[in-house]
Amino acid sequence: MNQLGFPILSLMLGIPLLAGFWCLFVNAQMARRIALAATLVDLVMGIVIWAAFVPGGPQWQFQESIPLFAPWFSYALGIDGIALMLIVLTVFLMPMCIAASWTSIEKRVPEYMASFLLMETLMIGVFMAQDLFLFYIFFEAGLIPMYLIIGIWGGQRRIYASYKFFLYTLLGSVVMLIAMLWMANAAGTTDIPTLMESDFPVAAQNWLWLAFFASFAVKMPMWPVHTWLPDAHVEAPTAGSVILAGVLLKMGGYGFIRFSLPMFPEASAHFMWLIFALSMIAVVYTSLVALVQRDMKKLIAYSSVAHMAFVTIGLFTFNRQGIDGALMVMLAHGLVSGALFLCVGVIYDRLHTREIDRYGGLSDNMPKYALLFMLFTMASVGLPGTANFVGEFLALVGAYQASSWVAFVATTGVILGAAYMLYLYRRIAFGVLDKPDVAAMPDLSLRELAIMVPLGLSVLWMGVYPESFLKPMRGDVSSLLARIERAKPAGDADVQIPAESKAIPVTAHEGAH
Amino acid sequence: MLATLPELILGAGALVLLMVAAWAGDRHTKLISWLSVLLVAAAGLSLFAPSSHVGVAFGGLYIADGYAAFAKALIYIAGAIAIIIAPDHFSRESIRAFDLRAEYPVLILLSLVGMGMMVSAIDLLTLYVGLELQSLASYVLAAFHRRDSRSTEAGLKYFVLGALASGILLYGISLLYGFTGTTSFTGIETSIAANGLGLGALFGLVFVLSGLAFKAAAVPFHMWTPDVYEGAPTPVTAFFASAPKVAAIALLVRVSIGALGPAEDAWRQIVIFSALASIVLGAVAAIGQTSIKRLLAYSSINNIGFVLIGLAAGGADGVASVLFYMTVYVAMTLGAFLCVLQMRDRDGHYVETIASLSGLSSTRPGLAAAFAIFMFSLAGIPPLFGFWPKFLVFSAAVKAGLVPLAVIGMASSVIGAFYYLKIVKTMYFDEPAPGFAPSESRLESGLIAAAAVFVSPLGYLAIPALTATTMAAARALF
Repeated sequence: MNQLGFPILSLMLGIPLLAGFWCLFVNAQMARRIALAATLVDLVMGIVIWAAFVPGGPQWQFQESIPLFAPWFSYALGIDGIALMLIVLTVFLMPMCIAASWTSIEKRVPEYMASFLLMETLMIGVFMAQDLFLFYIFFEAGLIPMYLIIGIWGGQRRIYASYKFFLYTLLGSVVMLIAMLWMANAAGTTDIPTLMESDFPVAAQNWLWLAFFASFAVKMPMWPVHTWLPDAHVEAPTAGSVILAGVLLKMGGYGFIRFSLPMFPEASAHFMWLIFALSMIAVVYTSLVALVQRDMKKLIAYSSVAHMAFVTIGLFTFNRQGIDGALMVMLAHGLVSGALFLCVGVIYDRLHTREIDRYGGLSDNMPKYALLFMLFTMASVGLPGTANFVGEFLALVGAYQASSWVAFVATTGVILGAAYMLYLYRRIAFGVLDKPDVAAMPDLSLRELAIMVPLGLSVLWMGVYPESFLKPMRGDVSSLLARIERAKPAGDADVQIPAESKAIPVTAHEGAH
Repeated sequence: MLATLPELILGAGALVLLMVAAWAGDRHTKLISWLSVLLVAAAGLSLFAPSSHVGVAFGGLYIADGYAAFAKALIYIAGAIAIIIAPDHFSRESIRAFDLRAEYPVLILLSLVGMGMMVSAIDLLTLYVGLELQSLASYVLAAFHRRDSRSTEAGLKYFVLGALASGILLYGISLLYGFTGTTSFTGIETSIAANGLGLGALFGLVFVLSGLAFKAAAVPFHMWTPDVYEGAPTPVTAFFASAPKVAAIALLVRVSIGALGPAEDAWRQIVIFSALASIVLGAVAAIGQTSIKRLLAYSSINNIGFVLIGLAAGGADGVASVLFYMTVYVAMTLGAFLCVLQMRDRDGHYVETIASLSGLSSTRPGLAAAFAIFMFSLAGIPPLFGFWPKFLVFSAAVKAGLVPLAVIGMASSVIGAFYYLKIVKTMYFDEPAPGFAPSESRLESGLIAAAAVFVSPLGYLAIPALTATTMAAARALF
C-alpha cells in the first residue's frame, strides 16, 4: 500500500469514469454539475498526492498492483515525480475545461460531459500505468472520446479533422504495439520499472526506438507529422483544444522520457541528430508558418508545434539542464497554451469567428481580458518571470552543451515566437476599436475570471519559483541521467577548465560558474 | 459412442422435429424453434460431460477433445442465437409473404451437426462429410426468402461456388490420399514426417487449403461472401458470419497443425499470403460500400485475415489466439448483425443502407452506442475487447519470429479502422435521417446489450478465464 493507506490512484481513475457514466442518465444542467464536481474532486486528490509525495523517497510511489489480466498483464499503477506533475497538470486543467464549456456547449451536454470525464480517466491513466500494455490501452483509448469530441461538437470541417486525428495517431501507435510485444517477449516482463532497467541488445534498440518514435512523434507532434494538430485544434471545441494542447501533446514527451530514453539509451544517442534536425526545422518552420496565420487557433496550434520542439531538443541533450528544461516546457506549455485557447474561446463565444482581422482594439472595451491575454502572450513568448522562460532557458542551456548549433537555431525560435505572439496580440487587443459588434462585446464574466485567474497565477508561480515543480522530479531525472550516462554523446561545447586556470584571478572563476 | 453425444442429440432431435413440423405444420414454427433451442442447449450441456473431452468414435474418424468441445460451444451459441432471432424477423417480413417455415430451425440444427463433425474430424472423410452437411443446409438457408430474387440469387451463387470449392477440396483430398496412402490425419502426419512432402502431396495440400479457405471466406476465395451476406435473410447472414466461420477455421487449424504439421513451411507461406490479402482487401473493398450487410461481409473477411495470422504463428500460443479471436469475433459479429436487424423504418420494412443510420445517436441512443461499441471493437481499438484478440495473434506472431508479418498486418488494420469510423461518423456526426421504428423485442435488445457488455472493457475481466480455457483447448492439438 502507500503512504495514504488507500488506493488513491485507482480512486482518481474511478471517480471521473463513474461520474461520466452517471452523466449519460441525467439532464444537461445536472450533467454539468456532476462533471464539475467530479473534476474538482480529482483536483483535490491530485493536490493530496502532490502533498503526500516524498521527493527523494522511493522512485515509484503510491504503487498498486493487481494481476487482474493474468497471465498477460496486470493492473499496475504507480507514479514518479514526472508522472505526478503531469497528473497534477491534467486534473488542474479539467475543471477549467468543464467550466469553459458551461454555456458554449448546448447540444448533447450529457454525452459531452461523459466524453470529457472518460478522457480525464484515460489521460491520467497513461501517466499512472506501470504496465506496458496497460499504458498502451490507456494511450490508445483516448482516441475514441477525442474523436467524438471533435466530430460531434467541432466546427465546420470537424469530420475531416476527426478522421485525420484518429487515423494519424492510430497509425503511429500500432507499430509501437509490435515493439512492445517484442520487448515483453524478450524481457519476459511487462513491468515498466523493470523494463526501464533492462538492457536490450543494441542492434534491436534501433528498431524498437524507431517504433516508439513513430508513435510519440505523431503525438508530440514533431515536424513533419504535425499536420493533424492544426486541423484538430481548429475544429475542436475550446475545451477540446485545451485538453489536446495541455495534456495530449504531453503524452509524446512523457513517452520519450519513460520509454525511449531509459529503455534504449544507445539508440537514443544514435538518433539524437534525427531528433535535433526535426526539432530545428520545426522551431523555425512552424514559427514562420504561425506568423502568417489568419486564424487565431491555427496560430496557437503552430506555436504549440514550435514549443514542443524545445521539449524534444531538451530531452535528447543527455544532460540535466536539458531534461529539466524539457519537463518545465511541457508543464508550462500545458498551462499557457491551454490558457491561450481559453482566451480564444472567450472571444469566439462572443463573436463566433476565429479570424484575427475581425477583432481589434479589445483593450478598450475588455480591459480585464486584455490584461490576462497579455500575461499569457508574454508567457508564451518566454518572458522572464513566467513559466515558459524557465523551461526554455534550461532547455537552451542544455542544448548548448550538446551542440552549440542546435542552441543557435533553437534560440531563433524564441525570437520568432515573440514576433508572432506580439503580432497576434497587437492585432487583437490594440488598434482602433472600429467594429460595432466588437465594441459591443462585454468584458470577462465572473465564470471566465474564475477560469483565467488561477491559470495566470500558476503561470507566475511556475516562473518565479520553479523549484516547487522541479523538486519532485529531481530524483527521477537523476536516475534517468545515470541510466543514459553510458551512451552520452560528446558535446561540442563542453567547457573544460584547463588545469592552470586555478591560477587566474578570481573574476574569471566567477565567469566560469 | 458417448463421445458423439452432442451430435446424437442434435441429429436425432432434428429428425424428430422434422416429423413434428411435417404433421403440425408451419403454425407451430415458434414451438419448434424453441424446442430446437432446447436441443442446442442440451447438446451444449453435453459438452461439459467428461466423455466430450476424451474419446475417439467411428473407428478413428472422429475425436472428442477439448479443442473440439471449445469450438462446438461457440458454434452452438451462434446457432442458438440464429434460431432465437428468426421468428420475429420472418413474422415482420410476412407483409411481403415470407413466412417462417418450420424447416428453418431444423436446417440450422442439421448445419450444427455438420459443423460438429467438422471440428471433430480427424480423417479426411469425416471432414468432407461434415463440411457437406453444413454446406447443403446453408445453401437452403441462404435462399430462405424464396420469393425474393436477391435471396434466391444468394442461395444459387453460394451453391454453385460452394460446389466448386467442394470439388477442389475433394480433389485435394484424393491427392493427399493418393500420395500418403491414408485419409487419417495422424497417418498423413506420419507419412509426411517420414517421407517428406512430395510434389503430389504438395498439390493436395494446396487444394485442401483452398477448399477450406473458401469456407472461411479468406482471400482469394472470398468472392461469394458479400453477395451471399447481402442477399440472405439477416438472421441467416448473422449465422453465416459466425458459426460456419468458427467451424471452418477450427477445421483449417486442425488440418494444418494436425495432419500437415510436418509440412509447416509449405502451408505457412500460403496462410501468410491469405492473411495479409484478406486484411488488406477486407479493409480496402469495404470503404466504398453503401450496404451495411456488404460492409459487414468485408469486415468478416478482414477479421479472418487476422485469425490466419494466429494460425501462421502456429504452436499452442497461436492456436489459443485463434480460438480467443473467434470467441470475441462471434460476439462482435452477432452483435453487429443484431443491430442490423433493428434497422427498420416506420412501416416495419428493413433498410440496409449505411446512410439510413444517419443521426441514429439522437433517435435511438442505446442502439447507436451498442453499434459504435461493436464498430470500434471490430476495428480493434482499445479499451474495447476487440483489441485483445488482435493483440494475442500479433503476440503469437512476434513470438514465432514473424515480426514483419505482424508489422504489416497491424499497419493495415489502420485502413480497416477507417470504414468502421465511417459508421460511427454516420451515427454520431451526421444530421438525423428519419428514425427507425422502436424495438419491439426485449429479447433482441437483451442480446445486443449482452454482446455489447462482453466486448466493452468489462470483457477484459474475462481474460484470465478465457486464456486458461483456450490454452487448454489448444494443447489438445499437440
